[in-house]
Amino acid sequence: MHTLEPILAQQPFLQNLDSEHLQLLVGCASNVRYDAGQFLLREGEEANQFFIIRSGKVAIEIYSPECGPITIETLGDGDVLGWSWLVSPYLWRFDARAVELTRALVLDGKCLRGKCETDHHLGYALLNRFAHIIDRRLQATRIQLLDIYRA
Amino acid sequence: MEGQLILDRSDFDLLFLAFQTNGYEVIGPSVVDNAIVYTSLNSPKDLPAGWTDEQNGGTYRLKKRNDEALFGYSVAPQSWKKFLFLPALCLWKSHQTEKGLEFSVPQEPPRKMAFLGVRACELKAIGIQDGIFMHGPYADPSYSLLRGGTLIVAVQCCMAGGTCFCTSMGTGPRVTQGFDLSLTEILEPGRHYFLIEAGTESGARILQQIPRRPARADEIEKSERFLAATESRMGRVLDTKDIKGLLYRNYEHPRWDEVSRRCLTCTNCTIVCPTCFCASVEDRTDLAGENAERWRRWDSCFTMDHSYIHGGCVRSSGISRYRQWMTHKLATWIDQFGTSGCVGCGRCITWCPVAIDITEETAAIRSSGDVGRSLFGKRGE
Amino acid sequence: MIDRKPDPMLPEPYRIERILKETGDTFTLELESTNGAGIAAFSAGQFNMLYVFGVGEVPISISGDPGKPGRMVHTIRAVGAVTKVMRTWKRGSVIGLRGPYGKGWPIEESRGNDIIIIGGGIGLAPLRPALYRLIFERQKYGRVILFYGTRTPADILFHRELESWRGRLDLDVYVTVDRAIASWRGNVGVVTTLIPKASFDPLQTTAFVCGPGVMMRFTALELERRGIPSENIYLSLERSMKCGIGLCGHCQLGPCFICKDGPVFCYNKVKSLIALREI
Repeated sequence: MHTLEPILAQQPFLQNLDSEHLQLLVGCASNVRYDAGQFLLREGEEANQFFIIRSGKVAIEIYSPECGPITIETLGDGDVLGWSWLVSPYLWRFDARAVELTRALVLDGKCLRGKCETDHHLGYALLNRFAHIIDRRLQATRIQLLDIYRA
Repeated sequence: MEGQLILDRSDFDLLFLAFQTNGYEVIGPSVVDNAIVYTSLNSPKDLPAGWTDEQNGGTYRLKKRNDEALFGYSVAPQSWKKFLFLPALCLWKSHQTEKGLEFSVPQEPPRKMAFLGVRACELKAIGIQDGIFMHGPYADPSYSLLRGGTLIVAVQCCMAGGTCFCTSMGTGPRVTQGFDLSLTEILEPGRHYFLIEAGTESGARILQQIPRRPARADEIEKSERFLAATESRMGRVLDTKDIKGLLYRNYEHPRWDEVSRRCLTCTNCTIVCPTCFCASVEDRTDLAGENAERWRRWDSCFTMDHSYIHGGCVRSSGISRYRQWMTHKLATWIDQFGTSGCVGCGRCITWCPVAIDITEETAAIRSSGDVGRSLFGKRGE
Repeated sequence: MIDRKPDPMLPEPYRIERILKETGDTFTLELESTNGAGIAAFSAGQFNMLYVFGVGEVPISISGDPGKPGRMVHTIRAVGAVTKVMRTWKRGSVIGLRGPYGKGWPIEESRGNDIIIIGGGIGLAPLRPALYRLIFERQKYGRVILFYGTRTPADILFHRELESWRGRLDLDVYVTVDRAIASWRGNVGVVTTLIPKASFDPLQTTAFVCGPGVMMRFTALELERRGIPSENIYLSLERSMKCGIGLCGHCQLGPCFICKDGPVFCYNKVKSLIALREI
């Protein structure tokens, strides 16, 4: 049986992770696939996982009664989806839906949360990486907010 | 050419006449509205004989002299700039026909002007504008035409004005080149005469038409002494050591905020400055909409409009506009044109309604040491 | 009487031969000289001053193919008094034109490199001539990658051309929008989010960037973060212009005149200037 270790090790998001931490993640990881239109996560539900997209396209959506679903951002190969599993109250704020056939690694956030509590080195390693992701998303979002192309 | 000559005061009118008979319109100093301004002169009687000016921050007073010197004042409120770089100029006319658009340039009669009484700082300023309007990648045809027909009759400064600092800027008080004729006016008990020399063939040709004799060594030496005295009596000083670096490093100095609280952004300084060259264009049509004209007018970086692009001005605060003017004048001009934009004539100090003094502002920034971020985004670099 | 010509402020009359509607407020004009002289040669990244009779003049980048003599092409967004009148023009109207002016994209100098082109909104218009040149001598360059971002799918400029470029095997094209509509299946997010999708050798890459000021600033930073040296990144800047020929003083950005030292600038020369407020 082949493990996901080589695939996880390749992910830019997990570069330079200690090999014992990588093993931990391997233990919490599995492959998933979503067809176009399928949800990866739903607003309001418990956030117990995160995804590393291997291929495909995922839209982060908010639903509004007047406008229907609005795509805020799309993520693709190598992108990480979801950090609400790290931050209480551990609930998703948005929907995430596959725009096309998407293959991803899904990691058990609930399990990892527990492990981070006991192993603070692992906690720091993961939080550090997620802080980086959140920072870049926030920056991009801020620029999106500026509506720079408006006349 | 004949070297230094003497022209007696009693023969000066013949020099004036010689300009006119040689086809030049004489532009020179005259008392108008309680000031000595540069304007078209009909006769030597229009010259400000016996008048002087007292200039200081935000102050100009016309005063009587106790002699009859013709050029015994410092600088007129406005410079020679307005005769070469016209304040308003019709660039072209356009006519809409069924075939399309036609453009035509207004034809002008040639204009020959003799600028009588150009100071060293002003001559340097004319040279700076020559560089901008005639020697850049595109030449301005109107400036080139007017400049080509101009005779420069320089006058050496035997007094320094209250706001003068040409020695700081290396532009005077001595006129050394770029003139057709140069005059030094000397008054002593019982004698009133001019040291005169030609700098070009055009100047020499005029000289040959008037009475003159070679200058004696003692007369030349006297004029040197006057010039040396002028040099030592400047009204202001501006330390130009690494001035470009100083202003580039202090882009966010608190002094900009301080001066902008005084600055009215009235644009006086840019109007009187002999090197400011900003212009704008204005399109006019007739009521029928068949004929249009495009006019070029003087503009100023102090206006809100100056930096307007799609829906906003880049420089909307007074701070940014004062800083733009002063940094351009003393620093970025050097990167753009290879010389300072300031010639030390002091007009901006005299004609600022609130007496902002470019030499004082520079000294204030210099004395505090570098503060805040630079033009290059770093601190203290 | 003395003639003042040659007069660089005097426009030449050009006739509108074709008008194309591009997006809601953007249109393309194809112009020909009325005296049959043919258009002046221009390089990608240069601009002309276009005159609307009785209204005024605006600087507009040339958006056509430098290799195709005959027509001067401009893609214009109607945002101000002059450009809004331009939108009402009909085929056959005659306008005034002066130019071409300015320094364009350093295309020949970038031979042998991978080329990244990043356009935001109407910023794709001054980049299109560069893309035409790159395609014309495609073998002289490495990878050629185009990133384009705009506000919504309805604002995508040169939509059909983008699709045909995307269809080429020797071009990589990525498009994104800031806001999606329900039917959009493409990327959503600012244009900088596209950059990680492409692979290129940062030390052998030249980037040409054009778009709103904020977009260029953040895009250039992102490109540097990816390892492209600042001397290989070029931006096309914009300031108020009255003459286009370096005489009116309006277009200054610190020591630079946008009209004659630019509008294309090397990022390492303007990096700090564009981050300063009110300069």
